[in-house]
Amino acid sequence: MSDSKIVDARDTFCPGPLMELITHMKRSNVGDTLELLSTDEGSGADVPEWVNKVGHEIISNEKIDGVWHIKIRKAK
Amino acid sequence: MSQKLSIVCVTGTREKLQMAAMIASVAAATGDEVSVFLSMNALSYFVKGHATDAPVEGEMGTLMAQKGVPPFKQLFQQAAELGDAKLLPCSMALDLMKITNDDLDAELGPPTGLTRFLSDAEGGQMLTF
Repeated sequence: MSDSKIVDARDTFCPGPLMELITHMKRSNVGDTLELLSTDEGSGADVPEWVNKVGHEIISNEKIDGVWHIKIRKAK
Repeated sequence: MSQKLSIVCVTGTREKLQMAAMIASVAAATGDEVSVFLSMNALSYFVKGHATDAPVEGEMGTLMAQKGVPPFKQLFQQAAELGDAKLLPCSMALDLMKITNDDLDAELGPPTGLTRFLSDAEGGQMLTF
């Protein structure tokens, strides 16, 4: 069964949110969904760049009240 | 596509160590083959018991002291743990400091000489901080 979890990296600066995400990705199973919360402005563009480069899948990416919510599915 | 990236750290200031650690961690976690050669004033921060607070060069260094900025040592450690980056102490610097590999943090690799480092770096990119 696939899991869904939230990675709360608010109030950390680059590359903190990305490294938090990667740490949790390593511990997840293929098919799991992770939602990264980040207040780092660059995350909105930089995290999807990493996700696409490494070959995972972006489900959604939106900024709500100053917080990026980036949903990712672990694809491999 | 993954590439080979060799990073040479020689300066012991916060800004330079931070930038090197940021590049090392992101590149390693993206699948690049990363080697970090630690020498001169950059090596002492990896000696067990040594202060990890590096002096600042300017305004950005002071701003980076605030909460939420990942410390450079944590980023280097993540580069090694999450992306198999090699953190290599310069064998000459160890000789000068009269210390051995046992005096260094556990995440550091074997003492490495320039000949070996340069031959491993061949064909890739090299950045110096």
